[in-house]
Amino acid sequence: MGQRTTTGAAFRALFTASIAGLLASPGPAWAFPEWNFQPPVTTIADQIIGLHEYIFWICVVIFVGVFGVMFYSLFKHRKSVGHQAAQFHENTAVEVVWTVIPFLILLFMAYPATKTILAMHDTASPDLTIKVTGYQWKWNYDYVQDGFGFYSNLSTPHAQIVNLAPKGEHYLLEVDNPMVVPVGAKVRLLITAGDVIHSWWIPAFGVKQDAIPGFVRDMWFRADKPGIYRGQCAELCGKEHGFMPIVVEVKSKDDYAKWQGEQKGKLTAAADDPAKVWDLKDLVARGETVFTANCAACHQPSGKGVPGAFPALDGSKVVTGPKDAQIHTVLEGVVRDGKPTAMVSWKGLSDTDLAAVITYTRNSWSNHTGEAVQPSEIKVARK
Amino acid sequence: MSSVPHDHVVDGHAHDDHAHGHPTGIMRWVTTTNHKDIGTMYLWFSFIMFIVGGCMAFTIRAELFKPGLQVVDPEFFNSMTTLHGLIMIFGAIMPAAVGFANWQIPMMIGAPDMAFARMNNWSFWLLPPAAILLMLSFFVPGGAAAGGWTLYPPLSVQAGMGTDLTIFAIHILGASSIMGSINIITTLLNLRAPGMTLMKMPMFCWTWLITAYLLIAVMPVLAGAVTMLLTDRHFGTSFFNAAGGGDPVLFQHVFWFFGHPEVYILILPAFGIISQILPAFSRKPLFGYASMVYATSGIAILSFIVWAHHMFTTGLPTAGILFFMYATMLIAVPTGVKVFNWLATMWKGSITLETPMLFAIGFLFLFTLGGFTGLILAITPVDVQFQDTYYVVAHFHYVMVAGSLFAFFGGTYFWIPKWTGTMYDEKLGKIHFWLSFIFFNVTFFPMHFLGLAGMPRRIPDYAQQFADWNMIASIGAFGFGLSQLIFLYAVLKCVRGDGAKAPAKPWDGADTLEWTLPSPAPYHTFETPPVVK
Repeated sequence: MGQRTTTGAAFRALFTASIAGLLASPGPAWAFPEWNFQPPVTTIADQIIGLHEYIFWICVVIFVGVFGVMFYSLFKHRKSVGHQAAQFHENTAVEVVWTVIPFLILLFMAYPATKTILAMHDTASPDLTIKVTGYQWKWNYDYVQDGFGFYSNLSTPHAQIVNLAPKGEHYLLEVDNPMVVPVGAKVRLLITAGDVIHSWWIPAFGVKQDAIPGFVRDMWFRADKPGIYRGQCAELCGKEHGFMPIVVEVKSKDDYAKWQGEQKGKLTAAADDPAKVWDLKDLVARGETVFTANCAACHQPSGKGVPGAFPALDGSKVVTGPKDAQIHTVLEGVVRDGKPTAMVSWKGLSDTDLAAVITYTRNSWSNHTGEAVQPSEIKVARK
Repeated sequence: MSSVPHDHVVDGHAHDDHAHGHPTGIMRWVTTTNHKDIGTMYLWFSFIMFIVGGCMAFTIRAELFKPGLQVVDPEFFNSMTTLHGLIMIFGAIMPAAVGFANWQIPMMIGAPDMAFARMNNWSFWLLPPAAILLMLSFFVPGGAAAGGWTLYPPLSVQAGMGTDLTIFAIHILGASSIMGSINIITTLLNLRAPGMTLMKMPMFCWTWLITAYLLIAVMPVLAGAVTMLLTDRHFGTSFFNAAGGGDPVLFQHVFWFFGHPEVYILILPAFGIISQILPAFSRKPLFGYASMVYATSGIAILSFIVWAHHMFTTGLPTAGILFFMYATMLIAVPTGVKVFNWLATMWKGSITLETPMLFAIGFLFLFTLGGFTGLILAITPVDVQFQDTYYVVAHFHYVMVAGSLFAFFGGTYFWIPKWTGTMYDEKLGKIHFWLSFIFFNVTFFPMHFLGLAGMPRRIPDYAQQFADWNMIASIGAFGFGLSQLIFLYAVLKCVRGDGAKAPAKPWDGADTLEWTLPSPAPYHTFETPPVVK
């Protein structure tokens, strides 16, 4: 593959220069050229780029050859230059040749492709396993061997999306909690989804795997270079499909160990005492964070929902009615005509988070129940 | 019906009956069983749908002109991409192909009309209700279908009743296609003029014969898939729901078992048109007629065993991936044979470059480019990077727009003298070609770069490194769309008779039977079959 990559690099440089010249605009400071693959950081991604360049150049050669013939014919065999039409209409030898030669060329393409496919599918003996779950519209990373996990949400402020604030460098490609992995480790991902099909994709790793609800697929990568790598959900998954990026931070072994320690520490510290009795004010404050991360995409930050699709919480009978009913709704989700709706079960959140978010909805916008829901009540309702 | 033998005896009467008993005005079109009338309606219907789908493309490109949300909200954007796809495929390209078949097949094989004239009327008149259902879906709660034209569950199960209307529209369109196909097959097998063996049929007839078989084979599969979707949505079945023992990926298998042959349904009639135009303007017979027939059949057969190349990222077993990759690569062989045959047809010809020929050469050039990106996409590891990115969008627009659509433009300019009796305006035609050719590439060539750089498709907003190419693509799209008004104007000029009177055979290199008829072709033709030597 070495030879090809060198040719590829030369081509890329030439191409970069010509495009930059064509656009004649000050080159933006992106880390990768916007007309070719992102620089690979895994062997597989590197092989994919090599394969692409190899086949691309075969195609270019054939294209130039075939259309060279066509343009020659267009210029020389014109009526206007007095060319008389020949009347031949078949030639078995030629026809056999142009059936067999393409077939042979295909064999030369299929061989390296097959090798790469076999390597891509070898998920054996991983150093680290992470379960990835796609939700509308965020990702969850579960470090199954370490027992911690977290959600990863888009962190680009809404104001930037609706053009009320200047867009940042990583507009739409930034998250609150990136997936973190150690450099050089074989990371196996178990990928699934909670609602509809999503697709987990980091271009620099050369991995894309659909996340299918009810099924677990696996794939792997081994990142060779520390850094932050960005991708996006690649399967249409509804309204916010364009707004669920994927960010992976590859850390050195030491930094990863430190991060891992912090996460485990947080796990213990964040294990809120379920018996603690909270102030209404504190619950509302915490609830707002939980709401923004989990509920606002559908019910909207204004609590007004989206008419026809997602019900309003502001003034809702469930939210302002008895708390048991609301706790039940949040814990079990809403099932209509025997079918789950977009309101899924939120059992995955902690008792404290659930208590906080329910309290927040009951005491925000025009809702003023003045009631606090305590974690202990959630714990009881879970039974 | 004029194909009944005794009509020949009372030939004059058949015409008289017509002049007296035939409804006029709108009822002429509602009740017509004439293949030319029906062909005309198919073609206008498809042009209207082309404009509607084009307006949706305008909306998409306007939103993508700059990063950020400016024009529409994300849900409506998703409806736009979904309906743009459905309308262009089922409303524009397929009916246009059937329109060409209706006009040309009887004239090209020396038949008086289609075999089942009343069913022909019915297959056309099913289309407007289906189009109305699709349009109505914008006004129902939840809006039009927004899960992509592929309607993948569970997303499409979540959606509002717009999806139900879409499913019903697909049922109706499928019924129409099946009836159209039965008609075309029966016409081609039974109504050929004496002496015209199958292997003497014009290539356009061959490609349509094969297309019609593909349609009959796969439209019921699509109907089954969307019906299962409907029962999953409303009647508690779990075909595609893992919680009930189903599998969301099953839908994709069934859908693409329809969807891949569908790709060839969209392109084979275009191949046929190109195979008529190139010999006519090269003044030389089509090279390798027999191998063209075999290559077309080969493509059709292979199309049934490559469907899972649309699903390389769903997690197929390694053996499955290898099988589908090899099978997909094989399609390059018969497709290559076709391209080489077309080039050999031009080779040592006596070429002139009227508008139909320009579109045919544009087709050849750009379709082949789309074919190469198709080959690159067949290589699974590379496809993993390209799946669901703009590279795929670029690829299928090269084969659908520069492929099918360019061929239909070329076919229209080629045959409109026969249809209307008036020559089209050559200057307008050439301007239309060059603007379409340039703006097409301005729109879709940069999408290859976007895909390479990693921009997913079906997103209403994008990261800033994709901004430049998107802006260029949007400018190209507006230019391409507006250029089509020239086409409309050029066609209307012919329809109004504003132009030189067309001779029976305006193209000296054309040799099929329709050119033996006067221009415009009489309402009833070949009541006495011509004899083909």
